[in-house]
Amino acid sequence: MRFLSESPSVYSQCYRVLDDAGQLISHSNFVPVSEEVAVKMYSNMVTLQTLDTVFYEAQRQGRISFYVTSIGEEAINIASAAALTSDDIVFPQYREPGVLLWRGFTLQEFANQCFGNKADYGKGRQMPIHYGSNKLNYFTVSSTIATQIPHAVGAAYSLKMDKKDACAVTYFGDGGTSEGDFHAAMNFAAVTESPVIFICRNNGWAISTPTSDQFRSDGIAVRGQAYGVRSIRVDGNDALAMYSAVRSARQMAVNEHRPILIEAVTYRVGHHSTSDDSTKYRPADEIEWWRMARDPVTRFRKWIEINGWWGSEAESQLRSSIRSQLLHAIQIAERAEKPPVNDLFTDVYDNIPSNLREQEKLLKETINRHPKDYPADVPI
Amino acid sequence: MGFRNIIGRRLGLGLVRRRKPFSTATCDGDGNGNAKSINLYSAINQALHIALETDNRAFVFGEDVSFGGVFRCTTGLADRFGKARVFNTPLCEQGIVGFGIGLAAMGNRAIAEIQFADYIYPAFDQIVNEAAKFRYRSGNQFNCGGLTIRAPYGAVGHGGHYHSQSPEAFFCHVPGIKVVIPRSPRQAKGLLLSCIRDPNPVVFFEPKWLYRLAVEEVPEHDYMLPLSEAEVIRQGSDITLVGWGAQLSVMEQACNEAEKDGISCELIDLKTLLPWDKETVEASVRKTGRVLISHEAPVTGGFGAEISASIVERCFLRLEAPVARVCGLDTPFPLVFEPFYMPTKNKILDAIKATVNY
Repeated sequence: MRFLSESPSVYSQCYRVLDDAGQLISHSNFVPVSEEVAVKMYSNMVTLQTLDTVFYEAQRQGRISFYVTSIGEEAINIASAAALTSDDIVFPQYREPGVLLWRGFTLQEFANQCFGNKADYGKGRQMPIHYGSNKLNYFTVSSTIATQIPHAVGAAYSLKMDKKDACAVTYFGDGGTSEGDFHAAMNFAAVTESPVIFICRNNGWAISTPTSDQFRSDGIAVRGQAYGVRSIRVDGNDALAMYSAVRSARQMAVNEHRPILIEAVTYRVGHHSTSDDSTKYRPADEIEWWRMARDPVTRFRKWIEINGWWGSEAESQLRSSIRSQLLHAIQIAERAEKPPVNDLFTDVYDNIPSNLREQEKLLKETINRHPKDYPADVPI
Repeated sequence: MGFRNIIGRRLGLGLVRRRKPFSTATCDGDGNGNAKSINLYSAINQALHIALETDNRAFVFGEDVSFGGVFRCTTGLADRFGKARVFNTPLCEQGIVGFGIGLAAMGNRAIAEIQFADYIYPAFDQIVNEAAKFRYRSGNQFNCGGLTIRAPYGAVGHGGHYHSQSPEAFFCHVPGIKVVIPRSPRQAKGLLLSCIRDPNPVVFFEPKWLYRLAVEEVPEHDYMLPLSEAEVIRQGSDITLVGWGAQLSVMEQACNEAEKDGISCELIDLKTLLPWDKETVEASVRKTGRVLISHEAPVTGGFGAEISASIVERCFLRLEAPVARVCGLDTPFPLVFEPFYMPTKNKILDAIKATVNY
């Protein structure tokens, strides 16, 4: 009689390609990346970092109501996106705007959603950062944790049935893996043999809850085997490692009709959101250390500089250009009109049912009687 | 246009209780073509066969659907359409619905089965927070309208707490989904096909009591019945009764007996509870001045409360009596005490008389 131990004799290995100095680790195999792709990846990482900084400031200034940064997770965002094709269907949590950015969502489009103006594709219905784009195959963010994971499995099954050269990809954090929907989705993915990639951003924190209060398994990758799902643990701050892992995962998912679980180990450098002050539950010097010494953007920059593909002039040019574009986009988004109040009632169903038409009529009468109760920037 | 009454009788615990499915005098209006006398689960089975044969992006999945399902609603589907389109899922309702949403979001007709409505709750988050809001929150960039969730609901004589529930009221409070409940085989086939083809996510509750017992002539062809249209299935002038599903047959028996006492009852099948057809009910109440609502679900917070409030808002001065509700008791659904819990014919009859004599 032998019980299986509750913990493995050896912790899951962590796949890495670049060391902290941006040098290739010898004997580490990886998928090579061209100069063009590498520079595009780096530019996108810088853009994401700058987008986060500027929009966070905008929230602090009261210009937008809320914001969530992805600081520290730029490599996960951009490198994973670069390793996918535009036909792959993405089901995000909410800390993956870099995937949208890579696919071509403009700074103006990000700003429009955050301001909930008339140009927001979401028609002003949701809080900032709840982006979505059907054109870019990026399903709309919802605040609920892990609910997107089983959606990705159903979508992957559809792709398999249509024999598409595409997979579904879904992102979630360490906290999300505690939800029942994670378990349900992993199990369904294995049983239905669906081409789906599960990418867990294990960033150490679920708001104030450290992973030691979240689970007692050796992280996330080990759970794959429990469901019959192939998995890997990757250094999430290593852009080349992320790129290679996602590329390989995609190939296996699409060609072998199987799910793959990737645990990307990283650190949430920013606060959970603008409603959080993480110095209340973790030491400020821990945050600073990860921000400086383990920054994925710096690490990748070192590698492209070593290759002669980047320099300090390109760096400062890029950063100032992005910053001014962002400030401009915010200005435009802020001045734009909000969606009309009629958009309160549309899209609940495909057509507006009679009870909603009646409510709209009554609301318009109320607005006429008490105009001061209502915001002036929402057209009636 | 033909119809047929069949008496169903059930013996349980020494008690004889008659539940007689009512006539479907007016339904699809199309009396052409072949019609066969079949029961409810066969009618649903036919609808599913037609759904899969007319749309090769339609899928049926859920626990035990492959061998035909615990109520035989999915018989023959896996053999005919293959296991890629008709398949068992793991035992996980949140997974069934979550997977179904993803499948529907890609433009497929995802027909999910929840084995008993009593077990739908693990999927409640996916239904309320995801399916119902999928289109709205995305600004209509995405939708999961192809999702239909089917679940057997209601008393069965011996089901107790977890095989008898009527949870429709929870779902009627969720903008963005539709809730549909058929009363008979012919209704079920046409309504289910409409639900499957409707571009909104739908929860379809099937009265399990009627799976075998309700037998009716059902046209063999592909037909659909409109959603959000209530049907007056019996004309009357003294009082309006509103119900859905299996309860309508009990209500019809009460109407027949009331008629012997000279009370003329109008009986309405709501069919779609969300969005519901207020206009038809209101027109009837304007005619009769009295309304009685009956459902198996517990009375407090049941869907009867919504109907009552709406009717009072719209018809207050026309009403001759308070709105009556004859419903289940505010208890978990009991086993031995089921006959006491249920809104029986006599409870309804008493309420009809009390309302008319108010």
